[in-house]
Amino acid sequence: MNFRRTRAMFAKEFRHILRDSRSLIMALFLPLFQMLLFGYALNLDVDRIPTMIFDGDHSADSRALIARLRGSRFFEIEGYANSYGEIEKGIDKSKVLLGIVIPRNYSQHLNAGSRANVQILLDGSDSNTASIALSYVEALVQSYALQVRSTGQDRLAGMPLVSPVDARLRVWYNSTLQSTNYIVPGLIAAMMMVIAALLTSLTVAREWEMGTMEQLLSTPVRAGEIVLGKMGAFFVVGLVDTTIAVLVGIFVYGVPFRGNVLMLALSTMIFLSGAFFWGILVSALARTQLFAFQLGLVTTFLPSFLLSGFLYAIENMPVPIQVITHVVPARYFVTIVRGIFLKGIGMSLLWGQVLFLAAFSLLVFLAAERRMRQKLA
Amino acid sequence: MTPALEIRDLVKKFGDFTAVDHVTFQVAQGEIFGFLGPNGAGKSTVIRMLCGLLTPTAGWGAVAGFDVTKNPEEIRKNIGYMSQKFSLYDDLSVEQNIDFFSRIYSVPKQLRSERKEYVLRMAGLTDRRDTLTRLLAGGWKQRLALGCAIVHSPRILFLDEPTSGVDPIARRSFWDLIYQLAEGGQTILVTTHYMDEAEYCHRLALIYRGKLIALGVPEQLKRDLHSHKLLQLETSDLLGTMRALESEPGVLDVAVFGAGLHVNVEDLTAGAEHIRRVLEQKKIQVKRLEPIQPSMEDVFVGLIEAEEQKNP
Repeated sequence: MNFRRTRAMFAKEFRHILRDSRSLIMALFLPLFQMLLFGYALNLDVDRIPTMIFDGDHSADSRALIARLRGSRFFEIEGYANSYGEIEKGIDKSKVLLGIVIPRNYSQHLNAGSRANVQILLDGSDSNTASIALSYVEALVQSYALQVRSTGQDRLAGMPLVSPVDARLRVWYNSTLQSTNYIVPGLIAAMMMVIAALLTSLTVAREWEMGTMEQLLSTPVRAGEIVLGKMGAFFVVGLVDTTIAVLVGIFVYGVPFRGNVLMLALSTMIFLSGAFFWGILVSALARTQLFAFQLGLVTTFLPSFLLSGFLYAIENMPVPIQVITHVVPARYFVTIVRGIFLKGIGMSLLWGQVLFLAAFSLLVFLAAERRMRQKLA
Repeated sequence: MTPALEIRDLVKKFGDFTAVDHVTFQVAQGEIFGFLGPNGAGKSTVIRMLCGLLTPTAGWGAVAGFDVTKNPEEIRKNIGYMSQKFSLYDDLSVEQNIDFFSRIYSVPKQLRSERKEYVLRMAGLTDRRDTLTRLLAGGWKQRLALGCAIVHSPRILFLDEPTSGVDPIARRSFWDLIYQLAEGGQTILVTTHYMDEAEYCHRLALIYRGKLIALGVPEQLKRDLHSHKLLQLETSDLLGTMRALESEPGVLDVAVFGAGLHVNVEDLTAGAEHIRRVLEQKKIQVKRLEPIQPSMEDVFVGLIEAEEQKNP
């Protein structure tokens, strides 16, 4: 490996990048754009559930229940119905997700000490949201029922009775349980894998298409020098991209950053080098820009978004899929970025992930170098 | 003096297809060696093997004293290669391209700017050093490509159809450059299918279907072309001459060519005597009767036809 030839490759590649202003603008705006798009669109929080209420009772008790619902941030009362039919229509039109029916004799049953029923209608077509909504409304009704009962018991006892068990919750790391805090760091990791691989996926294939690769191969430059020089040039772009993404995460989404900046920088560099080498390998294999781009996209986008634990918890996946996730580099980087952002943990806990990424980078570099060493036919 | 390059029984197969079939030749130092042949004959494949871009299937080759299979890295330091397709970076400027290749070839720092100015002067691009390569006209691109291939003063230069798609004037000045380089002691192996260019070469190899079918100095190749026995004939009565000669023994073919006739005969001297006799009898006046010096194109076509008759 000759340093001067590698530097010549690097300088040349960097000039290509600067010259191609359209691609450069794309490369710099893509992370910003994706962060904003995915960050807002991928909101897993369920609150302000559109709700419609059919109060058939019109009593003080039914109004007390409705007041509880209105007071909760999880429900947004879209309107009051005068019949079942109206609720049905509301759900069919997707105007509301939740319908609550308080029957005519609700107050009567309640005061007679017998069981009063409240009917809950849910739009189950989005099962995930529906089940979360269901748990919210169940919890609300249950706590309301407990309150009603304890008021009755207090009255009988002549004094306030203490509830026997009281759970005191304290949520760590993401105390407000906002899904953005969870999604954004993962998004940075998964997205950078795709962007990095795509950035380099064209570079070798372009040289094959232009015929310049044949020229290069006739010179004393070695395969490793080509790979390293190319990677180095894109590395600069990748670091700028990651910085943009991290700043958007902190300042636009307000995700807390608890860890060490240097730790993040170091692991990012290791991760990016691997992702860039991957793009170069793909490019050298494909030899045409179109195929290289597609191969780069398929081999990074799906694994990084689906198998990295960024959106779907790996523990919930079937075992064979879980095994596959172990070779997805984004999986390790998602863990690292989340750990640094939310938990503020460092090398003492993340060394395994960092080590894997370093090994991945080295292996892919060697594969790319081997591939580049191959001759014309 | 050891030859600049030498190959012996070089073979390259792509699957079942034999692209280069036991080719053997030597090129002396300072020689301009022309490599002639139709498209797909195997010219580029030979050059690519010599540059270390392809591995030979069999045979032996040495460039600048280094074995092509064992020591391609040493070879790459001592050669310049200009491929068939224009292959500089067209989104870089003229100067940036030269700089890049000069670094890749590890031209010593103190020589770099001198070499760059030489290349710019040679290519006539001194005033256009900041122009994007993409914007250069064809002839200039070609000269810049040559410049980048010689920026490190290689001992041996491989030019694969360097003048394809370039106008005749640019081609002529390109060849002037090649002569200059050869005078400076560089060895040049050039492929072409332009016949006039073939005549510029010191020595020629004709390759057809992967086989070397002729090798020699252009003049000698023309002399050796046995199949070529053409007489230029001008007479007072063209039509009468044609009728008179068509069925004569020893005359293979008579064709109108410009103001005269081209007569293909079995033997030049006997044929000419016979024609004079026949026309005298018919009272047709002979204005001119002389053998035609074959052009390189005739040599080329004649040799290929002979080869096809041998191995159809």
